[in-house]
Amino acid sequence: MSANTIALTESPARPLTLRLHEWATTVDHKRLGILYVLYGLIFLVLGGIEATIMRVQLIRPHNDFVSPEVFNRMFTMHGTTMIFFVAMPLVFGFANYLVPLMIGARDMAFPRLNAFSFWMTALGGLLLYFSFFGGDGLYGAGSAPDVGWFAYAPLTAKTFSVGHSTDFWTLSLLSSGIGSIGTAINIIATILSMRCPGMTLGKMPLLVWLNLVMAGLVILAVSPLSAAQLMLIVDRYLGGHFFDTQAGGSAVIWMHFFWIFGHPEVYVLVLPAFAFASEIIPVFSRKAIFGYPVMVLATIAIGFIGMSVWAHHMFTVGMSAGANTFFVLSTMAIAVPTGIKIFNWLATMWGGHIRFATPMLFCVAFLFQFLIAGLTGVTLAVAPLDWQLGNSYYVVAHFHYVIVGGILFCIFAAFYYWFPKVSGKLYDEALGKWHFWLFVIGFHLTFDFMHVPGILGMPRRIYTYEPDRGWDTWNLIVTIGVVFQAAGILVFAANLVWSYFRGKRAGNDPWDAWTLEWSTSSPPPEYNYAEIPSVRSRRPLWDLKHPEDPDWRYE
Amino acid sequence: MGAISVSAPPGNIEWQLPSRGRVGMYCLIAAESAIFTIFVVAYLFYIGKSLTGPKPSDVLHAPIFYTICLLSSSLTIHVAVRRLSAGRIMAFGFWWLLTIVLGGVFLFGTAREWAHLIHDEGLTISTNLFGTTYYSLVGLHAFHVTMGLLALIAVAAFCFASQLQREDAERVEILSMYWHFVDAVWVIVFTVVYLIGI
Amino acid sequence: MSPTNIFTPASTPAESIFGLSIFVLLTVAAIFVVVFSLLAYAAVRFRNKHGDDRSEPAQVYGSTQVELAWTVIPVLIVVALFLAATRVILAVQNAPHPPGALEVTVTGHQYWWEYRYPGLNIVTANELHVPISDPAHPTPTFLTLLSADTDHSFWVPRLGGKTDLIPNHPNHMWIDPHEKGLFLGQCAQYCGTQHAKMLLRVYVQTREDFDRWVHEQQQTPQAGASVGERVFRSTACVNCHTVSGTPAKGKFGPDLTHLMTRDTIAAGAAPNTPETLRLWIKNPDAIKPGSKMPAMGLSDHDLDAVTAYLETLR
Repeated sequence: MSANTIALTESPARPLTLRLHEWATTVDHKRLGILYVLYGLIFLVLGGIEATIMRVQLIRPHNDFVSPEVFNRMFTMHGTTMIFFVAMPLVFGFANYLVPLMIGARDMAFPRLNAFSFWMTALGGLLLYFSFFGGDGLYGAGSAPDVGWFAYAPLTAKTFSVGHSTDFWTLSLLSSGIGSIGTAINIIATILSMRCPGMTLGKMPLLVWLNLVMAGLVILAVSPLSAAQLMLIVDRYLGGHFFDTQAGGSAVIWMHFFWIFGHPEVYVLVLPAFAFASEIIPVFSRKAIFGYPVMVLATIAIGFIGMSVWAHHMFTVGMSAGANTFFVLSTMAIAVPTGIKIFNWLATMWGGHIRFATPMLFCVAFLFQFLIAGLTGVTLAVAPLDWQLGNSYYVVAHFHYVIVGGILFCIFAAFYYWFPKVSGKLYDEALGKWHFWLFVIGFHLTFDFMHVPGILGMPRRIYTYEPDRGWDTWNLIVTIGVVFQAAGILVFAANLVWSYFRGKRAGNDPWDAWTLEWSTSSPPPEYNYAEIPSVRSRRPLWDLKHPEDPDWRYE
Repeated sequence: MGAISVSAPPGNIEWQLPSRGRVGMYCLIAAESAIFTIFVVAYLFYIGKSLTGPKPSDVLHAPIFYTICLLSSSLTIHVAVRRLSAGRIMAFGFWWLLTIVLGGVFLFGTAREWAHLIHDEGLTISTNLFGTTYYSLVGLHAFHVTMGLLALIAVAAFCFASQLQREDAERVEILSMYWHFVDAVWVIVFTVVYLIGI
Repeated sequence: MSPTNIFTPASTPAESIFGLSIFVLLTVAAIFVVVFSLLAYAAVRFRNKHGDDRSEPAQVYGSTQVELAWTVIPVLIVVALFLAATRVILAVQNAPHPPGALEVTVTGHQYWWEYRYPGLNIVTANELHVPISDPAHPTPTFLTLLSADTDHSFWVPRLGGKTDLIPNHPNHMWIDPHEKGLFLGQCAQYCGTQHAKMLLRVYVQTREDFDRWVHEQQQTPQAGASVGERVFRSTACVNCHTVSGTPAKGKFGPDLTHLMTRDTIAAGAAPNTPETLRLWIKNPDAIKPGSKMPAMGLSDHDLDAVTAYLETLR
């Protein structure tokens, strides 16, 4: 290892305070990436605890494990935490770490903005969780928000949400929203302005393309949420009437503003997941990605169409038949480029020499699960079906299928794939497989069976249910799945920690991969590349390893 | 273990990428546009929907003079940037200060209008839907003008401390893009509030 | 199996949705089987069997024909599903209003349902009575949906899809039940602490039974002078509740005029028996913690008297 390599374990002589200070003031994209990811993992545990509390409460009808007030705070905090303080930090963390490396750059375009964005996001999470202690304090069971993660008006008006719980929701998301927009600006500027020579837009790795479109969506989608939240603050503190139905205001307009953010948000989360799949599946199938140009076009299509589907969250709100029909069409339309991506990944595997190391296991499970998630989404896109299934456990099952079965599985794959690069060590493959199988079993127990109560009429966000509805057994099975998922996460955490300290040394390129990050040491030196590389194809390392058959002859 | 050197065969690749400052500013403008769009949509949606209280046609008077000031400041800032690119620092300073003054006059005009509306017409942000949407939209814009002015003043401070050179023209131009954006938003806000909404 | 199963429809909107759902489910099931099989096949057939020999398979970068095929086919499927959906949207949302239709205004409250039958001069709460509808001569019930506070949603799965009740945004839906009986549902839009116990009970009756119910509901009881009635009137009860024919004209809580014709209290949260009624008045939080009815702090004597009085409200 060269003297300039960042060693994550510093030599014992440097005091802890100095090391912490370096981390706290870092502007290095790699360190900020790691900070984002660790932050996301911590909140994953908190969000998971909230989910577990809910599932225990719902294990049987008329249970009294927690009060309705506490339950309502749990589902609000669980949703808000998982979206804003788990999924987004994880996504931004990986983007931060990988994008500069993959384009042959030394850092992001604006390193100080990068640090500022991270700390604004971090502040948001702390603010949100402070709500448990703020206000009434622990004695009064706290003032965590209990208005649902989408905080529909007029439930959030001062009349119906007394105290400050809603304000914790608003302010924490305003803070993390600033962080998100800052990161998105950074990602776009980095990708457009700092690619190494030869790397035209058509030669960037798909991960870079997907993060570019994701960042564009953040800019266009998070801003409306911030706007709506400013309006909510005006209503709650300045006597405004944006959502005040008593003064002629509209509750529906909040829904429009929220979902104009909320739907593209799920693409913000899923595009990076696609990015991981698009890098990992080719390497473990030993084939180039099938249909790179189509994958790029499909991504851009998803970005555009994704901005036009939002009111499929509002099919039951009483829009006209014309409006409902439009949103059915736009929502169905987005299934086409998304399906195309699944087919392209499948075609990449086709004819390959597939190696089922842990990253690939998670990606293959992702393909199966995302297929199902997409298809249940198609059923919900049919507005009349949504009139029955909307706001029920069928929807909860659908979106968890996407976010856990799709996105989280890809994030796990990404952890295992890039762990050697980031830490310089190999993770334990056996533990990785234990994590995989435990989590797959738990995931399917919980989320497959969760569709049934929805079909049998169980709405979401209820702290208990009646025993005469036929929902009991299904809820029991759903709760049991939690145990396996928790076990899987524990194994995952243990693997990360153990391998970091005791894993075998990883070389530059343990997977025999093809993108630029594998050409530098593991972990990379602070400056990434001693000499800025130049490239001639989409797989520069393939060209180096196969000089007789380089990609640039075929692209 | 050193890194593998990845270099394609040398060729004379002309490798020109857009400046990151420019891209960053465009992105910021896009984000801000999205925020303003939501406030404009709310304003338009709520036109005529107030249940009580003053109506726009009763109390609003189009601020023509102050609008001319603000829009002219786009011209003056453009001239200032041209002067800086040409290395004429003193001329730059003059046009830059003029821009700041025009922006300041605009803000003064907004303050005056609000004082009149609040004290004489009884229109506040909590009076009715019109009050809420008017003060929010115009106020959001005024806030952005203020932020812009602070940035312009900072540059003026650098200029008068003799820290500004011709080489800084690109950065100053990027900042001026923000100022042009703020003016463009005013065109839209003016149209929506004083023309469409009346 | 379940009284709220969307796949056992008993009314035209629910039946249209059910028919559409069969078509949609078959379509997505077919897609699933095809793609799943290909994925499973690929995962098995193309497993690496070359050990570590570092040989690479043929690199295939793409194929325009294949891409075209798997774009065009999904587009066609999308068009088919879209057309099927549109047909049902129009049928349900733009259904005509036949002259025999019953009109009910439903107002959602935290956490109970107010029902007014404007044409019949009836006001009741939490238990909706409608006549059975003969498909040959339909007598549907049209509901106008309003809200007094936050958002709610009316969902009785066997009778129709859900429609939200949003303040300042009246909505409309209709049902025409083809079977008599009791149909269950509950509020389906989170509305606050006791959202979970804002239950729905729709009683579909034969024309004779329904008319008899209407007649009962239209009677105004005589105001009396019982102890319980005096307690009721002198305590804050009258601020929230109406009992027609008496000075009690409160609108915040359910109309109690014909309370004893209901099977449940607290929007389905408890059965309507003297014991639960007494407990509800004594301490609503014991049955529905977070409901908007305050504990009135009545003495045991007054509690007994008021309960007895309420028991007379048929």
